[in-house]
Amino acid sequence: MRLILSVLVNDQPRVLARVAGLLGRRNFNIESISVGESEEPGLSRMVIATRGDEQTMEQVQKQLHKLVDVIKVQDLRDHSAVERELLLVKVGAGPGTRMEISGIIEPFRASIVDVGPQSLIVQATGERPKLEALMELLQPYGIKEVARTGVTALSRGMNKAGMALTANG
Amino acid sequence: MAQRLAMPAERSGDLTQLQREYSGSEILLRCLIEEGVEVIFGYPGGAVLPIYDSLYHGAVKHLLARHEQGAIHAAEGYARATGNPGVVIATSGPGATNLVTGIANAQMDSIPLVCITGNVNQNLIGTDAFQEADITGITMPITKHSYLVTDVRDLPRVVKEAFYIASTGRPGPVLIDIPKDVSNAKTDYHYPEQVHIRGYQPKTDPHPLQITRLHQALAEAKKPLILAGGGVVSSGAEKELITFAEKAQVPVTTTLMGLAGFPGKHPLWLGMPGMHGTYAANHALLECDLLIGIGARFDDRVTMGRLDKFATGAKIVHIDIDPAEIGKNVDTYIPIVGDVKKSLSASLDGLPRSRSQAWVKQVQSWCREKPNTYRDSDQVLKPQWVIRHLYESTGGDAIVTTDVGQHQMWVAQYFPFAKPRSFITSGGLGAMGFGFPAAIGAQLAHPGTTVISVTGDGGFQMTSQELAVIALSNIPVKVAVLNNRCLGMVRQWQEIFYKKRYSEVDLADSPDFVRLAEAYHVKAWRAENKEEAVRVWKEALSHPGPAVVDFRIDSEENVYPMVAPGKGLDEMIMGEEES
Repeated sequence: MRLILSVLVNDQPRVLARVAGLLGRRNFNIESISVGESEEPGLSRMVIATRGDEQTMEQVQKQLHKLVDVIKVQDLRDHSAVERELLLVKVGAGPGTRMEISGIIEPFRASIVDVGPQSLIVQATGERPKLEALMELLQPYGIKEVARTGVTALSRGMNKAGMALTANG
Repeated sequence: MAQRLAMPAERSGDLTQLQREYSGSEILLRCLIEEGVEVIFGYPGGAVLPIYDSLYHGAVKHLLARHEQGAIHAAEGYARATGNPGVVIATSGPGATNLVTGIANAQMDSIPLVCITGNVNQNLIGTDAFQEADITGITMPITKHSYLVTDVRDLPRVVKEAFYIASTGRPGPVLIDIPKDVSNAKTDYHYPEQVHIRGYQPKTDPHPLQITRLHQALAEAKKPLILAGGGVVSSGAEKELITFAEKAQVPVTTTLMGLAGFPGKHPLWLGMPGMHGTYAANHALLECDLLIGIGARFDDRVTMGRLDKFATGAKIVHIDIDPAEIGKNVDTYIPIVGDVKKSLSASLDGLPRSRSQAWVKQVQSWCREKPNTYRDSDQVLKPQWVIRHLYESTGGDAIVTTDVGQHQMWVAQYFPFAKPRSFITSGGLGAMGFGFPAAIGAQLAHPGTTVISVTGDGGFQMTSQELAVIALSNIPVKVAVLNNRCLGMVRQWQEIFYKKRYSEVDLADSPDFVRLAEAYHVKAWRAENKEEAVRVWKEALSHPGPAVVDFRIDSEENVYPMVAPGKGLDEMIMGEEES
């Protein structure tokens, strides 16, 4: 099962190391972690995508709560949430294939953000399956480099706190 | 009894007068005094020179260990004997890394510690400077929390928070790393009166609904059992546990960390469960229909990792202050998140008596018919006999510390502890070399109590340098070395599981412990048989200062009962019949 957690943490040095270290040493799987500022000064929002069975998912959340720098853990399965990832992919493309690629990416609402003599960079955002599909279509042209941000997500509507557990020792 | 040394105001000495601004090291000392710290265990070095300069006034008692590992284990011993945070100071680099075993030990056993390390000046951090180690990074997985102080103005808040985090909720070690320039920097001093940490608010009150469910389950139970762990001791819930067990008529088994949390002579006590547990405790775990885990974490030395053979017919109730423990190892029917003492108190009101009459008779007959046994001898000294003798000679009125291994298990099996915090052991981490320095800390906390460090010839050699400390400060710890000339527990496993291929367990060329002790000016004796053991132990006990007794025990003796790794609790290898 896949789980996306939205974790509010103190914007402190090493807070990423604390979270990543915890997940690693407890043998939890990490698909991606993305970190950035949150709506509140002094706090960052980490979005963690992870996999495991129900018991493991519960343990991940409980163990995260034990970190003093973790303020809130939100299980986005409990909410309707918007989930996005940004993909940058450098594809082999000469004068003959540029237009073709442009046509392929159009339905994905992706855009070409850089053009070189032998390659171009496609930028796309969306949920993972959409990005995977795009990647598959671009494969035949030769994928030279890929950079992905990992998933970030936000619960919909005004229900900000939702079912979040409060911090515990 | 812990003797309060002196109140902060009387002890602050030179610090009360003078400046408006204080250095970081002076502020640190003032904070420690505010927190009521009676004794600091430590070892100086370059990065803590300013801190040791502040200690020069003697405002807080400092015990100079001979190795940082000795210092932190002594701080742990103090903390385990009192429940108050132990405080240890070490310098940067190797001083700090020498604390690692003790920090991990405290983390595993939930012991409150405040570990203060110096670090190099901030402009040198990250440059591989002399005696630089990233101790906050190194200890991140083994601390409850840690701080690297970058601004002297943060220091009072950090110290206040560190003591609060270490000692509340599920206790644990907190590290404060202080770069030397922060110790030297000056600022004005205000100690915060309150602490508010947004991400740390331990829940101590149990949910009333779950207490009601516990009552219902108890009223229906015919074969209830309590599995009590270290949480009973750390929350000070011994009285509540006794009342609970008696009122509801539930037998009690105590984990290694729970020993002394329930009286070893109580008719409802079944002994320790698990790998070297009693027949009664293990069979009660196999057959119970309601298992109430109280401040215990169902670890693999209790369950043997064989959940298919662990309390399979039982509903499991789990009381613990750490929500992450609930459901971690076993599926829980009734989760009770809260302080053990508060949870037990809350459940005493309206607590039903379970329908356990036949069950209690059954488990008590197991205790009678299948006690722990060993074959005694008049030729060689048997370790179990020695432990019994330590018990009888003190009437059980002693604090006993151990390392890990055979001697630890024999103490757990043959010394029925009566008083909470009278058994101090390295439980979760299983660290050799822990017991002797821990005894020093326990003795400082309880100067009038007999403190016995039961150790092995292997473990004693890991921290025996602390003999210098007990000699110099005349700390009357009694060290009982169960000397079998080998690494007993490893030898036992090699005998049973590796076809007697004894690989690197022979310690026959160890030093003469009597002469070793004497070299440190500590009185010492040797005993090779019962008669000598009785005589020299009496002398050691009545000697007013520290003492070492080298009990030369049977080197072939094994710890039984035993459940082999991978086996269930139903497959116990029992000890030899008493002849």
